Amino acid sequence: MTKSPVLVLGARSDIGKATAHAFASLGHPIQLAARRAGTLEADRSDISLRYNVEVSLHEFDALDIQSHNSFVDHLPELPEAAVCVVGLMGDQSENERDLEAATRVMRSNFEGPASILAALANCFEERGYGTLVGISSVAGERGRATNYVYGSAKAGFTAFLSGLRNRLAQKGVHVVTVLPGFVATQLTEGMDLPAKLTAQPEEVGKAITRAVEKKQNVIYVRSVWRLIMMIIRNIPEKTFNRINI
Amino acid sequence: MKLSGWGRYPILEANIHAPRNVAALQEFVRSEPTLIARGNGRAYGDSAINSAATVTTCHLNRMLAFDPETGQLTAEAGVLLGDIIAAFLPRGWFPIVTPGTKFVTLGGAIAADVHGKNHHKDGSFRSCVDWIDVMGASGSVARCSRAENPMLFEYTLGGMGLTGIITQTAIRLRPVETAWICQTIHPVRNFKAAMDMFEANQGATYSVAWIDCLAGGADLGRSLVMFGEHVRRDDLSETHRQMPFIVPKKPKRKAPFDFPGFVLNGLTVRTFNALYYRAGSRKAGQQLVDWDAYFYPLDAILEWNRIYGRKGFAQFQCVLPLDSSEAGLSALLKVISKAQAGSFLAVLKRFGAQDSAFSFPMEGYTLALDFPINAKTLRLLTELDRITLGHGGRFYLAKDSRMSAETFAASDNRIKAFRAERKDNNWRDAFASAQSERLAL
Ligand SMILES: Cc1cc2nc3c(=O)[nH]c(=O)nc-3n(C[C@H](O)[C@H](O)[C@H](O)COP(=O)(O)OP(=O)(O)OC[C@H]3O[C@@H](n4cnc5c(N)ncnc54)[C@H](O)[C@@H]3O)c2cc1C
Ligand SMILES: NC(=O)c1ccc[n+]([C@@H]2O[C@H](COP(=O)([O-])OP(=O)(O)OC[C@H]3O[C@@H](n4cnc5c(N)ncnc54)[C@H](OP(=O)(O)O)[C@@H]3O)[C@@H](O)[C@H]2O)c1
Repeated sequence: MTKSPVLVLGARSDIGKATAHAFASLGHPIQLAARRAGTLEADRSDISLRYNVEVSLHEFDALDIQSHNSFVDHLPELPEAAVCVVGLMGDQSENERDLEAATRVMRSNFEGPASILAALANCFEERGYGTLVGISSVAGERGRATNYVYGSAKAGFTAFLSGLRNRLAQKGVHVVTVLPGFVATQLTEGMDLPAKLTAQPEEVGKAITRAVEKKQNVIYVRSVWRLIMMIIRNIPEKTFNRINI
Repeated sequence: MKLSGWGRYPILEANIHAPRNVAALQEFVRSEPTLIARGNGRAYGDSAINSAATVTTCHLNRMLAFDPETGQLTAEAGVLLGDIIAAFLPRGWFPIVTPGTKFVTLGGAIAADVHGKNHHKDGSFRSCVDWIDVMGASGSVARCSRAENPMLFEYTLGGMGLTGIITQTAIRLRPVETAWICQTIHPVRNFKAAMDMFEANQGATYSVAWIDCLAGGADLGRSLVMFGEHVRRDDLSETHRQMPFIVPKKPKRKAPFDFPGFVLNGLTVRTFNALYYRAGSRKAGQQLVDWDAYFYPLDAILEWNRIYGRKGFAQFQCVLPLDSSEAGLSALLKVISKAQAGSFLAVLKRFGAQDSAFSFPMEGYTLALDFPINAKTLRLLTELDRITLGHGGRFYLAKDSRMSAETFAASDNRIKAFRAERKDNNWRDAFASAQSERLAL
């Protein structure tokens, strides 16, 4: 029995790779999409050899909005599921001074990911099935001094995903929002993150396959984050302004 | 961060780096005056620690190509043997040589030139290595094989990371028809009988013995000698034959916390005795055992190294030349049995002939056992060193964490040549571990 492919957008990231491994281990062929896709050749052979599945590479730039429809048209096969891992943390203090940098962060976390998922959504809708997964962030749940440019873009993306889910719910297309708390990736390497709150990329990958299979709507990967964010969201603005988290 | 080997002794503070690709590794190697490569940290002591810079291959872990005609797999050095089995056993392939844990990297297996239960027949890990890519201090990578850069090839196999960093390798796997091993267990009265059993069964693919170190007198070296063969598909039962590579899944258990040492010793002795009398009463019973239970019984208990408690433990492993094996084993076992302080189970294995630049194995008998770290066992270990030296034996660096430079130098006449090569090729300044410093390599 051959399964249909899963597309991973932003495949060079640790979360993207782990997600690709998780779907491949279930027998899905994999489409890896990234900037400079050619540099993923070793990952292509690795996934293909480990799980005995087809893996293809696709050049993809989330910021090149104009190319998105044609990117989807040129995929060898419309995937069963697509996972968008693309994101850009940026540097908050730089973002405060440099509007161009801030815009780049906003576009990379919101505009780009929303645009490609929109293009895929229309094709999935027409086909009548499929799953779209967006990696947003708990940072989008409440703006904080330390990363609100990134957080605001993720907030936009989270709202986009929930709206898309709402729109497609009756059309056979499911949308999963992933709000990982801390994840031990290249991005957070060297940061001193609390082990109990920090997921491994493999955990995120597995959680995504489960969410797709069980049609979950919003997942936090480590469930304590649901509680943490509920508390953070409910701190009154006055108090919030006096604390630093 | 704090770093140690599998024995959790010694624990050293070290800067650790985890490059994502060969280019990043290259940049790192060029910028650090001294460093050592680290695989999955399964060596027991301080072989894979350099306080100034330890570089792990955990992200260099991709499989690159496989040729189903020859069974040749090309992969990055950080790929785990367990991942290779997970990917290729269902397609009918298994490592030609494997140590007693599947959680080792290819780089670690090559650097220690590890051996398995089939050493007498198939040799050490080198037997399956077609070529390796080794990064030198300048960051440039040399392809090494028996034909190309043979000197670097020879010294990197068994060279404990002291010749450079292995980035990639091509190894060959063996075709197997099933995931099962047929195991035969023979209880024998003492170590001499165990040796006779090994000698009489040179044709067996796998062989190993467990020794009960508590037994003394005429029972000195009371053992279970175990042989194993890959099972052919036709020899499986009807149900297994349908799915020859499917074995029952076992739950992974975790050693819950730092056990005091006596718990494990009590457990192992009880297991040993149970097997001894059961196998004895069944008269060398044959059993069908799945690959995981057969090759990696300890892997089923994750983090079992914590069982020895906070102070950690040391493993002693030596090899004695064939002609002095009987006398040497007798002397070693006597001291161990008298001390009644060490681990109560030891592993004995017959090595086949091997002639290599710096690898551990040579023809003869190898004995391995664990000790919790304390003043008494450290003294006992020194005594075992002395006996080993007295019988012309040598020591396995992948297990060592405490030997002195003098003992080491006296154990092996190849050390001088290795030191000279390290100096002449500028390996000595660039690649060093806490172990190589301790042993003045
Ligand atoms: C439960 C258990 C059972 C074992 N059984 C056996 C056995 O039966 N037979 C046997 O031979 N050994 C055995 N060992 C020892 C083990 O196989 C070796 O220590 C092996 O080297 C560990 O591999 P690693 O990837 O964890 O390497 P590490 O422990 O991280 O490193 C070991 C050595 O390899 C070097 N190294 C690692 N990667 C590279 C690289 N890419 N390039 C250059 N050098 C590198 C390091 O510098 C170090 O000197 C056992 C160990 C355990 C814990
Ligand atoms: N790590 C965490 O703690 C954490 C927590 C919550 C959410 N997240 C989210 O998880 C996702 C993955 O994060 P990560 O930690 O793995 O960090 P990462 O390594 O920075 O991953 C981000 C990925 O997005 C890709 N990307 C950025 N801009 C792109 C563009 N214009 N076109 C195509 N790809 C682009 C990057 O590709 P290149 O390799 O080409 O640069 C990179 O692979 C991100 O969305 C992040 O916001 C992470």
